[in-house]
Amino acid sequence: MTALLKLTGVTAYYGAIQALKGVDLEVNKGEIVTLIGSNGAGKSTLMMTICGNPRARDGHIHYDSQEITRLPTFEIMRRGLAQSPEGRRIFPRMTVHENLLMGAFGRPPHEAVQTMEQVFTLFPRLKERMAQRGGTLSGGEQQMLAIGRALMSRPRLLLLDEPSLGLAPLVVKLIFGAIRELNRTTGLTVLLVEQNAFQALRLAHRGYVLVNGAITMAGPGAELLARPEIRAAYLEGAH
Amino acid sequence: MSKYPAALGGKSQPPALVRVVRDAGLSAIVAFGLFASMIGLRLFPTGNGMKLHYRWLMLAAVVVAVFAGRVIMLTWRANRPAGTPQPRRIAEAINHAGKYVGAVFLIAAATLPLYGGRYFIDTGILVMTYVMLGWGLTIVVGLAGLLDLGYVAFYAVGAYSYALLSTTYHLGFWTTLPIAGLLAAVWGILLGFPVLRLRGDYLAIVTLAFGEIIRVVLINWTSFTGGPNGITDIPRPTLFGLKFNGSGDPDTFAAFFGIDYSLTQRVVFLYYVIFGLALLTNWVSLRLRRLPLGRAWEALREDEIACRALGINVTVTKLTAFAIGAMFGGFAGAFFATRQAFVSPESFNFGESALVLAIVVLGGLGSQLGVALAAVVMIGGSELFRDFAEYRMLVFGVGLVVMMVLRPRGLVSGRTPSIALGARKEIAAELVAQGRG
Ligand SMILES: Nc1ncnc2c1ncn2[C@@H]1O[C@H](COP(=O)(O)OP(=O)(O)OP(=O)(O)O)[C@@H](O)[C@H]1O
Ligand SMILES: [Mg+2]
Repeated sequence: MTALLKLTGVTAYYGAIQALKGVDLEVNKGEIVTLIGSNGAGKSTLMMTICGNPRARDGHIHYDSQEITRLPTFEIMRRGLAQSPEGRRIFPRMTVHENLLMGAFGRPPHEAVQTMEQVFTLFPRLKERMAQRGGTLSGGEQQMLAIGRALMSRPRLLLLDEPSLGLAPLVVKLIFGAIRELNRTTGLTVLLVEQNAFQALRLAHRGYVLVNGAITMAGPGAELLARPEIRAAYLEGAH
Repeated sequence: MSKYPAALGGKSQPPALVRVVRDAGLSAIVAFGLFASMIGLRLFPTGNGMKLHYRWLMLAAVVVAVFAGRVIMLTWRANRPAGTPQPRRIAEAINHAGKYVGAVFLIAAATLPLYGGRYFIDTGILVMTYVMLGWGLTIVVGLAGLLDLGYVAFYAVGAYSYALLSTTYHLGFWTTLPIAGLLAAVWGILLGFPVLRLRGDYLAIVTLAFGEIIRVVLINWTSFTGGPNGITDIPRPTLFGLKFNGSGDPDTFAAFFGIDYSLTQRVVFLYYVIFGLALLTNWVSLRLRRLPLGRAWEALREDEIACRALGINVTVTKLTAFAIGAMFGGFAGAFFATRQAFVSPESFNFGESALVLAIVVLGGLGSQLGVALAAVVMIGGSELFRDFAEYRMLVFGVGLVVMMVLRPRGLVSGRTPSIALGARKEIAAELVAQGRG
């Protein structure tokens, strides 16, 4: 198996604060990999650093065997990565349709029509609400829109930052189901950040645990789920 | 319901009449404080100095008017039927009627020289110039959300480009127009680079300074710009080479068509030039909105981080907004120079930037029709009050405040989607526009 995304010794800073302290991580083609960790561990920072904002100070990031560490964000995103960032960040005053089109920025227009249909098969709710403003969607619908918008660029690697945030269990199930479905049918590679460690580890092929900006554990999802220290730190109280 | 009046009005509330009188009295006192020196006192120049006049009667009249106005307003507000508040209903009406209002406007504007006199057309030219400036600035402020307080700088660049090129190199208006736009666009990019990282207040301050710098340079670079004296004898535009003057030469408009020369011909021609330029601005902005670039501007206004995550080159997107907005400012400037036949730095002070921005904000930040309406109201309105020159700014200010109270999001608020999906399911668009975002 070849690594689609490979991070070696990546560090990132916010001014003087070091948010990532030498992260090594690999995502293979066709895999769902999850990254779990407590609040402030640096998960979102890691996702953003992959996209070059903030840029990694040390270490290397390779995507598809090419170094992308020093590329500007828009160059990186044009190579087949897409991110649904933390907090959804849809465009509130634009319609669902326009939001989706923004996801296809820089892609040929005829392709967008086709991709949009695929997004609608995945989330039929979005089709019903095509003319509605993004800001008036419910939280779950906004999350679907954020994921749908990321898919509009036809990525090979999808970065999802806490897609389950603030959603009812049923909607979480729907969204996780959609991720699994995409992965199975199109071979989409997914890097998933989650607070909901139990569900995430069950969904993912492999998982990483991030503590204070450094990876402390890695392994297949089921294996991590079985570990007592994981259960104690991330699953206590849940399920 | 009548059983618990206190629960509605609050326990310690005095009776309604007392409250109204107290409130109105307070307004009257404020009015007195404001106007005592402005209206109550007046200086008259006499042969050997100044003489002070007291106008107590006038002051009293104003204070009484404020008192009465406040009483009427409070009573009206108290007796207003429950339900949709007035402003919202007006807003809906405007939004629904938008299409028709726009069409009526366009026809009225296109036929203006047929029914308007010379003064009317002149005012029309002025209004149209501001409509164009408003539409140009809408690209920067309304679509891309970059608060630019120095827009007049590009207007100045355009005006001086034409003035200098036509007087030194004898280039015609139509040749120079694109050059003026291009030069303004270059200045837009020059301004854009240093302010790329700035947002909101900081961006506003830097653009404000930029506008002032251009003006100060124009004043002080005497050898190049003529300094405070400006540039005179700027040639008028021609119609396919036909000039507008009364010399009777074969290459004049009047001689070519074998009609008598009148000044109105030139005024009407100028009117249609600016009308065409304004329409061009509108057409380009509407087109751009439907293209990925225009949509990226709007997205940028909403969420810059999301834009980055979607692979949009934020730098280029911002710079193009500055450049294209500036280009239209430059076109308008070139027109201004050819219309006045004279430019001087005085015409490009901060007041102009503020006026254009006020038009854009009043119009509803991004609404093409709103900008046109606002320009008519503000420029046409202040022309109307020219006879009351001393109260012009007062009326203007009061008008702005009233507007912002009644329609805090501008005349025509609510963003129209760049892609229409038929009339179906335009759900709660007005709610988003009014309440959030
Ligand atoms: N823009 C920023 N400027 C300064 N510090 C930041 C910034 N963004 C994040 N940080 C800091 O970096 C650390 C990692 O933050 P990050 O958002 O990556 O955490 P996270 O693992 O995603 O947490 P959560 O689960 O709460 O989303 C935190 O200590 C945070 O305070
Ligand atoms: Mg996070």
